[in-house]
Amino acid sequence: MTMTAPPIAMTEPSLWRQSLGLLWRDKFAFVAVLFLLLVVFAALFGSTIFGQSATRINLAARNAPPMSMHLGWHYVLGADSLGRSILARIAVGTRNTMMVAGLSVIASLLIGSLLGFIAGYRADWTTGVIMRVADVLMSFPSLLLAMIVLYVLGAGIANLVLVLAITRIPIYLRTTRAEVLEIRERTFVVAAKVMGASPLRLVWRHIRPTVTPTLVTIATLEFAFVMLSESSLSFLGLGIQAPEFTWGAMVAQGQSYLGTAWWVAFWPGLAITLTAMSLNLVANWLRIVTDPVQRWRLEARSSSNGGGNE
Amino acid sequence: MNGYVTKRMLHSLISMMGLIILVFFLSRLTGNPSDLYLPIDTPADVRAAFSQAHGFDDPMIVQFGHFLANLVHLDFGSSMRLERPALNLVLEAFPVSLTLAVLAMALALVIAIVAGSLAARSPNGVLDRFINVISLCGASVPNFWLALVSVLVFAVWMRWLPTSGMGGPEYWVLPVIVLAVRPCGLLAQVVRGSMISALSSAYVKTARAKGVSQRVIVFVHALRNAMLPIITVAGDQASGMINGAVVVEVIFGLPGIGRLMMESIQYRDFAVIQAGVILTACAIFLLNIAIDLAYALLDPRIKHA
Repeated sequence: MTMTAPPIAMTEPSLWRQSLGLLWRDKFAFVAVLFLLLVVFAALFGSTIFGQSATRINLAARNAPPMSMHLGWHYVLGADSLGRSILARIAVGTRNTMMVAGLSVIASLLIGSLLGFIAGYRADWTTGVIMRVADVLMSFPSLLLAMIVLYVLGAGIANLVLVLAITRIPIYLRTTRAEVLEIRERTFVVAAKVMGASPLRLVWRHIRPTVTPTLVTIATLEFAFVMLSESSLSFLGLGIQAPEFTWGAMVAQGQSYLGTAWWVAFWPGLAITLTAMSLNLVANWLRIVTDPVQRWRLEARSSSNGGGNE
Repeated sequence: MNGYVTKRMLHSLISMMGLIILVFFLSRLTGNPSDLYLPIDTPADVRAAFSQAHGFDDPMIVQFGHFLANLVHLDFGSSMRLERPALNLVLEAFPVSLTLAVLAMALALVIAIVAGSLAARSPNGVLDRFINVISLCGASVPNFWLALVSVLVFAVWMRWLPTSGMGGPEYWVLPVIVLAVRPCGLLAQVVRGSMISALSSAYVKTARAKGVSQRVIVFVHALRNAMLPIITVAGDQASGMINGAVVVEVIFGLPGIGRLMMESIQYRDFAVIQAGVILTACAIFLLNIAIDLAYALLDPRIKHA
């Protein structure tokens, strides 16, 4: 009867292949992931490929406009006021840009979610203290707070990471707490509790897996946000200091040549925009894929493509 | 409702107190500002007299006590850099930032609501995907870079608008647009999401069945219910606007709070930093109350909760 086709479709492909297939169906997310892979590649190997031309001063190429191919392919995006190739500097600057954002996101994710589990699970004074401290941090514009703290502690990579991590902790804290408060009332958690699971086991084995997808999505979004904050701080001169540089610091450096050599500030800013946008697209895709209802919609859409649907 | 408001006030007061303590001790950690204000070859006794006159010699806790005592009658001390009361400086800068933020927020909200509602009318349609990508793009642009690029294009190349400074309305066009772009992109995403869920609800189906026109359904029936998450995010964005305002004011040379704070931090002008922080925190506090009231207005159920 109609039992001929299903057996092939019923075999569950591995989780990895499944998500790869879902990714391929969302072309924007697919391109975004490719771009992020390129960024990761630049962060890992940028300085080995371009190490020399990112720092070598070449006065013959001062403010060379983009497509100055006669100077070599390194100068395809032009050169800055000291004749350093902008392409090389963007590639080398990737590592610092990604490192600051990545470390801050990891630090605030770990601390924030840990505090969130505590504040969600316990209902005593610790929760009150944690939530009030989060309120203090949330009640004030993060960039302004970071400016003050960085001026006190001095600018530098470690302090930058510290400030960015601390100002973003409340996001994870609040999300985790809200999720924990809701999940701990669900039947499967209550059942585990009745069967004698310890609080630690309850949180780790039963509650955490349900919260993780949300946290991963938020961390992806936050990566973009933190990267933009870092570049704003570096742009204002309170972030990373020379000779180290990030994309934000490169834009700051190009600001004074805006009228004569726009490309010095333009390309690093474009790199920031494209990376942040890719992260947002991927976070968007993650949200759809990890939500069963929306995921079903995505799968249904692609299978109905043959039927001439939009 | 009354108990709720009291609780909110109490929490805000605690936050404010924490913030004051944090900023006071942090700004004191930057060291004695007399090094910055006196010439290097100042004799030691003049230096000591300067420190004493400004109270830098007292123990930290005594300085804090003085500060709190003065704060009670709204005396924030005076700026060492400009030798004027700190409160006046902050109050002069405030309207500039407020105008900037209000105009930018209004622009962002209007565009986001229209675009988000249009996108939500046919989820995953061509228009929806287009708006989705554009709004994500807007949410991802660093505003300092956008400011520089817009100055380059519209002020340097086209010569349509002035590059920076204060003056007629034309001076406000670029700063407001630049500041509005990121909140607008984020808000459009939120509007789209909450409109999609509002449009798939039962009361919208009822309205459809009664033959209500599409425009009335979207902008009257659905929007009102979709407004709650929009207001939450808009409130967050509004307080975060100070972040963007720092950059925008510095680039466009607008004498607002952001630029004042930036300069005060560079010159270790404690009094102005403290006054600026406290007033900004007060403004955000008032904003949060306004948001709570808006909730109650839009959703009568909240009043009874």
